[in-house]
Amino acid sequence: MSIPPNGPPTDPPTGPSLSARGLAKTFVLHTQGGVRLPVFSGLDLEVHPGSCLALNGPSGAGKSTLLRALYANYRPDAGQVLIRHDGALLDLTAAPPRRVLEVRRRTLGYVSQFLRVIPRVPALDIVAEPFARAGGTLAEGRDRAATLLRRLNVPERLWHVAPATFSGGEQQRVNIARSFIVDYPVLLLDEPTASLDAANRAVVVELIHQARARGAALVGIFHDREVRDAVADTTFELTAQRTAA
Amino acid sequence: MTTPASLPATGQATAEPPRAPLPADLPEDGLLAVRDLTVRYGRRLGCAEVTFDLWPGEVLGIVGESGSGKTTLLNALTGRVAIDGGRRLYAVPADDGGGWVDLDTLSEPKRRLLMRRDWGIVHQHPRDGLRLAVSAGANIGEPLMALGARHYGDIRSQALGWLDKVEIAPERIDDLPRTFSGGMQQRLQIARNLVTGPRLVFMDEPTGGLDVSVQARLLDLVRGLVDEMGLAAVIVTHDLAVARLLAHRLMVMKEGRVVESGLTDQVLDDPHHPYTQLLVSSVLQV
Repeated sequence: MSIPPNGPPTDPPTGPSLSARGLAKTFVLHTQGGVRLPVFSGLDLEVHPGSCLALNGPSGAGKSTLLRALYANYRPDAGQVLIRHDGALLDLTAAPPRRVLEVRRRTLGYVSQFLRVIPRVPALDIVAEPFARAGGTLAEGRDRAATLLRRLNVPERLWHVAPATFSGGEQQRVNIARSFIVDYPVLLLDEPTASLDAANRAVVVELIHQARARGAALVGIFHDREVRDAVADTTFELTAQRTAA
Repeated sequence: MTTPASLPATGQATAEPPRAPLPADLPEDGLLAVRDLTVRYGRRLGCAEVTFDLWPGEVLGIVGESGSGKTTLLNALTGRVAIDGGRRLYAVPADDGGGWVDLDTLSEPKRRLLMRRDWGIVHQHPRDGLRLAVSAGANIGEPLMALGARHYGDIRSQALGWLDKVEIAPERIDDLPRTFSGGMQQRLQIARNLVTGPRLVFMDEPTGGLDVSVQARLLDLVRGLVDEMGLAAVIVTHDLAVARLLAHRLMVMKEGRVVESGLTDQVLDDPHHPYTQLLVSSVLQV
């Protein structure tokens, strides 16, 4: 694996797939008198290939905020998010929007808590779409989508329907299938099993194990202790930082 | 000066006035570059010092309330409003010589050709973008004929193909657009704009006057076509849900200026500017 001549920081080929360095995030609510909500600062973490890091901490400690900052959805006030993309390290906090989208297409996946339903697009295509965007064909995407949906026990009669009317659990399984259809080197998971029954929780645990086995690095929030113990090999503790000025 | 040596002679013709050199920061693989674009209406600002780059396949959303300057910006980009300052630069396709040209110093015939061949403009009101007195088929066929198509059978079969893509029944091909519903008219306008295979499409509130159920169909259609054709687009909308669905990147405008820009999900989920926060927090949740 080659290191670009003037790429960001040192990039040993065995280094972490994703790391945060000195990350800080404070929300400033201008519509509410400019109140400041500090969430975290000086935060460092890293996750290596084949490893799953669980974010721990009480509600409001900023677990979801951190996960979103790692995805470059929230914009941190300071620090770096370094991701290994195509063999080189890239700082997501400084990358132009097109680069971020490219990283998200091929390298960085995200399982959100809720599915964002697109009117008229059937479940099968919602799942297949990221595969096509990552450079695959839509036909192969649909094949893989079918395999995943079957595995996650989404009844076949629902595949050709837009998921707007699905139950919470069904929508979440569509969402999970959508994120596991691409073999992302880095995957972020925000309570992937929250609204699932035991059988489907077990499927998700299995999917995570398979991702680790192929060398993916994962960061997740798992409220369910059993799931957390089953999938994560390291943990990261966040403490509430509510010293609002 | 970073102009590649291969830049064609279009910028060097002796009969035309001397030009300012191209900006040094033009992206090599870009499509459209705008620098400090300013439009004034008398003493009032239409839009001020707008700068951005657009790449092939990229959809840029421009959001803001009415009066924020977003439509003025769109009209300035498409040459419908005269600009008072700044530059509009366009990367000519490789098979046409390639390289950047300054749209405001290009010869008029050349500029017209580029815009007719490479650009599409979808207006908020279909009647501004359609010819209501000729058939649906002719509305789709005309742009092809303007680019030199002459074979009636080819033109008609392309028109039929596009009616199908925009979900209008083929037997309506000889009907006048005025007999169509608003949603159908808007879909016909999109077909008229895309039939020539443009590289860049400008859309002004494309779902503006439509019922919500009709909007969803149109949005899904636009989303699919943009993906399939690898189109670049600039879409003006006041509807943040439309922006989220269609745009990769957003610029938020207020009083003629861009106050915030970034990836669509960043701007909508973590807005920094007070005005963006107000816009986002004012949307009713359903």
